[in-house]
Amino acid sequence: MSANPTHLAHHFADVRQQHDTATLGMWVFLVTEAMVFGGLFLAYTVYRVLYAAEFAAASAHLNVVFGGVNTIVLLSSSLTMALAVYWAQTGQQGRVPAALILTALLGTAFLVIKGFEYHGDYEDNLMPGLAFDEHAWGPHPERVKLFLVIYYIMTGVHAVHLIIGIGLISILALMARRGRFTRGYYYPVEVGGLYWHFVDVIWVFLLPLLYLAGVRN
Amino acid sequence: MFADVPLIPEAASTHATAMDELFYFILGVCLFFSTLIAVLIVTFAVRYRRRSEAERPQPIHSSLKLELTWSLIPFVFMMVFFFWGAHLYFSWAHAPADSMEVYVVGKQWMWKMQHLGGQREINELHVPVGRPVKLTMISQDVIHSFFVPAFRVHMDVLPGRYTTLWFQPTKPGRYHLFCSQYCGTNHAKMIGEIVVLSSDDYQTWLNQGVDGGMAQAGRKLFQKLQCVTCHSADAKARAPVLEALYLSEVHLDNGKIVRADETYLRESILYPDAKIVAGYKPIMPSYKDQVDEEEILQLIAFIKALRPGQTPPRTESADPPLNPILDTKQGK
Amino acid sequence: MSTVAVATPQGESPPVTRPVNYLNVHFGVRSWLLTTDHKRIAILYLISITLMFFLGGAAITVVRLQLLTPDNNLVDADTYNKLFTMHGIIMVFFFMVPSIPAVLGNFLLPMMLGAKDLAFPKLNLLSWYIYILGGTFTLWAVLSGGVDSGWTFYTPYSSKASHTNIIPAAVGVFIVGFSSILTGLNFIVTTHMMRAPGQTWFRLPLMVWSLYATSIIFLLGTPVLAITLTLVAIERIFQVGVFDPALGGDPVLFQHMFWFYSHPAVYIMVLPAMGVVSEVVPCFSRKNIYGYKFIAFSSLGIAVLGFLVWSHHMFVAGISVYEAFLFSFLSFMVAVPSAIKVFNWTATLYKGSVAFATPMLFAFGFIGLFTIGGLTGMFLASLGTDVHVHDTYFVIAHFHFIMVGGAVMAYMGGLHFWWPKMTGRMYPEFWSRLAAMIIFVGFILTFLPQFVVGNLGMPRRYYQYAPEFQVLNVMSSAGASILAVGYVLPLVYLLWSLGYGKKAGANPWLATGLEWQTASPPPPDNFAVTPVVTEAPYQYSKEVAVVS
Repeated sequence: MSANPTHLAHHFADVRQQHDTATLGMWVFLVTEAMVFGGLFLAYTVYRVLYAAEFAAASAHLNVVFGGVNTIVLLSSSLTMALAVYWAQTGQQGRVPAALILTALLGTAFLVIKGFEYHGDYEDNLMPGLAFDEHAWGPHPERVKLFLVIYYIMTGVHAVHLIIGIGLISILALMARRGRFTRGYYYPVEVGGLYWHFVDVIWVFLLPLLYLAGVRN
Repeated sequence: MFADVPLIPEAASTHATAMDELFYFILGVCLFFSTLIAVLIVTFAVRYRRRSEAERPQPIHSSLKLELTWSLIPFVFMMVFFFWGAHLYFSWAHAPADSMEVYVVGKQWMWKMQHLGGQREINELHVPVGRPVKLTMISQDVIHSFFVPAFRVHMDVLPGRYTTLWFQPTKPGRYHLFCSQYCGTNHAKMIGEIVVLSSDDYQTWLNQGVDGGMAQAGRKLFQKLQCVTCHSADAKARAPVLEALYLSEVHLDNGKIVRADETYLRESILYPDAKIVAGYKPIMPSYKDQVDEEEILQLIAFIKALRPGQTPPRTESADPPLNPILDTKQGK
Repeated sequence: MSTVAVATPQGESPPVTRPVNYLNVHFGVRSWLLTTDHKRIAILYLISITLMFFLGGAAITVVRLQLLTPDNNLVDADTYNKLFTMHGIIMVFFFMVPSIPAVLGNFLLPMMLGAKDLAFPKLNLLSWYIYILGGTFTLWAVLSGGVDSGWTFYTPYSSKASHTNIIPAAVGVFIVGFSSILTGLNFIVTTHMMRAPGQTWFRLPLMVWSLYATSIIFLLGTPVLAITLTLVAIERIFQVGVFDPALGGDPVLFQHMFWFYSHPAVYIMVLPAMGVVSEVVPCFSRKNIYGYKFIAFSSLGIAVLGFLVWSHHMFVAGISVYEAFLFSFLSFMVAVPSAIKVFNWTATLYKGSVAFATPMLFAFGFIGLFTIGGLTGMFLASLGTDVHVHDTYFVIAHFHFIMVGGAVMAYMGGLHFWWPKMTGRMYPEFWSRLAAMIIFVGFILTFLPQFVVGNLGMPRRYYQYAPEFQVLNVMSSAGASILAVGYVLPLVYLLWSLGYGKKAGANPWLATGLEWQTASPPPPDNFAVTPVVTEAPYQYSKEVAVVS
């Protein structure tokens, strides 16, 4: 391993090329991820316009406190992630593991809070298929069901991406602790950071669409 | 054997004649260009075939003028195809006002037709020659498609929504009707015939006994379902009066104005909360589980024909009069 | 160039050294299944998609046998419906979409750029495994009961009424989509970041431009298909009304979302084919290609415009007249760049030195059949005529002319053109020309009658049909049997050539392009020394240096 301290793969001419390639690769990947979520946002938007009343009513029942806290948690994790990248860039390798571990922990905290939130949704009969009261919603329970299913798919797909992100960050944290990164070779942290920020940005869009669609008393 | 093999479809409607003109124009242009390209390729390939391995042809520089020319000329032709086709499509989208109306319900795997005069047909549709016919269609289950090649008419039949098509037959005969949107096991068997009759033959066909037209059937439903309890002739009652409602403007409680067409009427029967008429409360229950698509069409036929003073009374001791005004548009 | 010493018997003759290439550098199943060499991954894909091609072909063989008579009962309606569904799903997602990009693109892209590999070699291997996983799911769905929704999965039939393995099939297609996405990602990043010194964008071979344009579609379109199929599965499992009107959904929304990917998908299938033709025609005319920049930009134009025409599949689906106008207009627009390419290829022949090697025969076949297929698109783009031929055999003939007469022919042409590079062997020219001509004749007999029978009104997906359509159906089935022979022939003689074909040198065609400047088969790292590019491609007027 020490024969190649810069971890230069055989098919690259130099580290700069490898670094730029990895970064471009992540940006391109995020474009496709945007299209994935874009499809979901499209379906949501179509039915939000068609069934405005039911979507607003259902949205008002979601736990906006949990949603809000989770937003703060995720935004904080983006801060710690950005710090990790900055410190890796500027040669302060000692601080990187802590920042990465904190990022992963905050991401995990998000998932735990989400778990409690889903449990609460279950208790409140907001889980079509498992716990849902057809008669509590007026003449169109199926529209409320549609909102809730879209809510679970969107937050579920987001959660899957978050879990993958936590895995990635954890691996990066391990690598950082073992001193793998240097001022010349830190692009895995940067690329991981791009992914993490993307997952955060998706949540920033999900929050108002899903939680703030209705009027709350 | 080959004498019986048709190669071009019969043209039996006004649409068909119009479409065929465009079709053959496009065909002619395409044949011209494909022949041109084929001739050029064959000519070049033969004339410039390799005669020795030592040949090194001179490089050629592309000419912007040539590129623009061979981009622009096809583009111009395509614009002709576009405008001509769009014009035809537009003219086919709106049935003439005096069209004879027929209602079609598609379901796996049959076509059910209802004439205003009450005649019901399965997989067959009798129509007179020379008159426009408008079909209002809906599916009871999955997406089907109503396709009559000889008339060049084609429209998907959707669940939950009406679609329409119209045609004017030009010669008597029997013409294939095909379902052309895959709909399951017997999609290939969801076929039938459009039977175009001369005016006299059509009159004969009409005069076969039927017990009341679609509007009569709708009137019976109106009373059976007790719609008249709220939808009486009194404008100050709990529900709007339905006389002369069809195609009028309806003012909703949210300030919007809608036209009372078939879609609005169907929605009002199945989802009465969707639109509330201004000045009324949202108290109408849904009849979703009490009527199927054919019955909805009968109720709509009744409402369409309902003239002032014709709202049925709450109770009727005798059979309703066979009201000629209710059963108009049967075909003269 | 490194060599391997091979021991000779008795030690009398001097030791023979065999050059190391990507095929003989390591042996054994593990070295193949764990490879990150783009060339080996291309071969893995070649084997997989060939298997899929013959599976999809087997399905349609039974279909065409059933259609020999109008009231046939060779198979019942349900089996028939499963067969055409299987044909569509396998051919579209597991053959056509990967074919040229995953086989020829994987093999050639790094070489055409003078690079040692793609940007992300391990991701490339992962792409193949994802393909295999998706294929396994789908084949399992197809073989354990079948799927009968058609490859188009229209709702509410697929989300409610069908009693077949919709969800496993949808999962399989969902999974294989990621194989495409990752391949596209790899291609785009490689093209941006790993070009040889001196290789500016306008010095790239047109194959690279077309793979780049294809990759844009991979990236932007495929994810939407994934989401659409997910929503169908959700509707089926949880009875929520996304697309089912009885539950409050909109079936036409499905069609919008489905075709948003599936229309650009057909450009995924045809753009790489056009790239192959753009390589073959200059080589066998021994002339630079006419209108290089126009062809390059037309590829990008097709990729972009291709995203704007999806609703032309829905002209009679109940859309508004104004929406139909818009999409009809845009559909005509997207035809213009394709026409530009056809004219440019034709002009390349002018005053050239035209040879009729097998790849060129396939290229000619492509140009002719693609042109006919594209021109029949005029009838479909024009609203006035589409109303009649929509969902009939006219449409089937249209897209088979482009996908089979076009793209598959180009794939075969490319396979033959680069076969010596990939394997170091030449195929037998007599048999390959014979196969090309059998394919051409068989193709025309199969699909030309389908235009006629479609225009007469024979709808798609009918297991039995009106008797007056029989003669045309018999012609089509007869043609299919000829076509089958034409496709089996290359399978036989290409395999034969691996053991017994004449050994090929580095550049048997005297073609330009960096891939021809290295040995056949190439060494594992492609080039001993990174090439430097100093001029535009297709410089056929000069003597081409041959690397021994």
